[in-house]
Amino acid sequence: MRFTTAGSVDDGKSTLIGRLLYESKAIFEDQLEAVRKASERSGDGEMNLALLTDGLKSEREQGITIDVAYRYFSTPNRKFIIADTPGHIQYTRNMVTGASTANAALILVDARKGVQEQTRRHAFIASLLQIPHLVVCINKMDLVDYAEEAYHRIRHEFELFAAKLDVRDVHFIPVSALKGDNIVDRSENMPWYQGSTLLYYLENVHIGSDENLIDPRFPVQYVIRPLTDTHHDYRGYAGRVASGTFRKGDEVLLLPSGFTTRISRIDTYDGELEEAVPPMSVTLLLEDDFDLGRGDMIVRENNKPEITQDVEVMVCWFSDRPLQPNGKYILKHTGSEVRCIVKEIRYKLDINTLSRNQNDLHIGMNDIARVLLRTTRPLFTDSYRQNRTTGSLILIDEATNETAGAGMII
Amino acid sequence: MTRLLESESIFVLREVAAQFGNPALLFSGGKDSILVSWLARKAFYPARIPFTFIHIDTGHNFPETMEFRDWWMKELGVKLVVGSVQEAIDKGLVAEEKGYNASRNLIQTAVLLDTIEKHRFDAAIGGARRDEEKARAKERFFSHRDEFGQWDPRNQRPELWNLFNGHKRQGEHFRVFPISNWTELDVWEYLAAEQVPLPSLYFAHQRAVFERDGMLLADCDYIPRRPHEVPALETVRFRTIGDMTCTGAVRSSASTASEIIREVATLRVTERGTRSDDKRSETAMEDRKKQGYF
Repeated sequence: MRFTTAGSVDDGKSTLIGRLLYESKAIFEDQLEAVRKASERSGDGEMNLALLTDGLKSEREQGITIDVAYRYFSTPNRKFIIADTPGHIQYTRNMVTGASTANAALILVDARKGVQEQTRRHAFIASLLQIPHLVVCINKMDLVDYAEEAYHRIRHEFELFAAKLDVRDVHFIPVSALKGDNIVDRSENMPWYQGSTLLYYLENVHIGSDENLIDPRFPVQYVIRPLTDTHHDYRGYAGRVASGTFRKGDEVLLLPSGFTTRISRIDTYDGELEEAVPPMSVTLLLEDDFDLGRGDMIVRENNKPEITQDVEVMVCWFSDRPLQPNGKYILKHTGSEVRCIVKEIRYKLDINTLSRNQNDLHIGMNDIARVLLRTTRPLFTDSYRQNRTTGSLILIDEATNETAGAGMII
Repeated sequence: MTRLLESESIFVLREVAAQFGNPALLFSGGKDSILVSWLARKAFYPARIPFTFIHIDTGHNFPETMEFRDWWMKELGVKLVVGSVQEAIDKGLVAEEKGYNASRNLIQTAVLLDTIEKHRFDAAIGGARRDEEKARAKERFFSHRDEFGQWDPRNQRPELWNLFNGHKRQGEHFRVFPISNWTELDVWEYLAAEQVPLPSLYFAHQRAVFERDGMLLADCDYIPRRPHEVPALETVRFRTIGDMTCTGAVRSSASTASEIIREVATLRVTERGTRSDDKRSETAMEDRKKQGYF
């Protein structure tokens, strides 16, 4: 289970993560000792748990988190990967990065301050990146005397904003990360709250259905041709099932050629499989001898992706070189890499008000915009809403090789 | 969980083969690089692993590591390139540290970069994991290195979904970390379930060791002992395997992979806690990584 957290240092995010790690015994003594020493040096007096999550020298010097850090902990029921992302406005790109692979997003709200610009920004990114589950932790309940009204006021405030977003599952939990209320153990201070603790929720939220099991999509990643005496004619299409189910004997359609054939085998090192589901890495062998390559896709005749050179995307911009109207970029989508031109910038989105700005079309770092792209070759796409793999792409600056933007296909 | 991790790592390894012209796999003889090579065999089956293997030989390796290396390379049928630190010292390319705590850990970076350049490798796959160390927690799967082989943590490429950007200029290269998301426990659970062969050092054995700075070091020719450092025979094993000069042993009676799993699950110190190369300063790993270490 992967989840992301975002927020600034003072909303208690580090304390919350620190507590989860500590209570699940994922912090080791030498790590604690290092934090203790560093806290003493900086004269914080108390042990500063934020130091546990701030890894780099330059970060500790500036007291901020620059980059996404990954943390790991597990309970007897589940393993967790936390993408811990910094909350500064200028680091939206990190939030997007952490969100792209997450099953759930943890949003922290300070019970004294209520829904802030930061909260809205994070909730919006979670919805844009289609994170299936949102958990709003109303934190620092100890500082508002564990008042039920505070919880309900913030919950209502958040729901008003979330109504404008595309989120499927929102959950609210009143907590105090510092005191440990409703993190691992139920709080005795909030008898009015009947819901689950944070850890219980994380351990039990159903993530099996987060994968798309409907639309069969197999992007060919690599062609395996041993060319040895024992496997002279072996031609296997290696890749990861993006969505749907593939079974031995299934009739499949090959893109872009349009030929149909059957799956003769699903191969792995550990033996043949009868069926493959996401996100398994397997090798498909076909009955007929067609010449597929990286970037091609294996699908079903009655369930095809869109085959198009005109791609409409919401793009999140990462580069300090602004998005160029009519600019040319390298576009990466599944296993294919093509060139594209920016045909039109439709509007820039104001992340705080969610309003569309059609007058200011300067798209700089951390801006989000709706853009029409034209590619040199057709792509096989689905909407990002339906398919996080065939609906996502990145844009690469040809001059610097930097990843300049991330696109979600509409 | 380990099935998901396996599938992710295989995806990354295939991505390297697809995106790079001359990729190499950094093999240290430790469990993490053994795991990566095991996954590489799975990723390209029934074809041969399409990577050249690199071993940076400091000359201070445990003999068990070297034995295992040669046997395993034959088993996998891959080509091995050895970058020799001793040779670099003899040629005067690098200078060796002196004193009781002398280690070749720092100078092996220069030899690694030299080997990558000499053979024109455009990607070097490593077995580093994010849970090992705080600087490694910020690593990408595809980690860009400039023409000097340096890592710039402040300017890393954002990595979204599973779209890896391997574009680079001439002379630059990538480090790729397919097992980024594995924890020490994941590694052991998988190695045990798959019955992956490992060097005997990982399992409990009798060895002459002596204590220094809270670490148990193997008594060997490469480490000068102070007068009060008296070696004694103990039952130990190694949690990580690096040079004899910087790798500490732990007292343990775990002699099978499943006993190690039980031990790892209850250990309260990170595995890098047995490495003096990380103890030199609080940012030892970050500093070395910036210079081109893995």
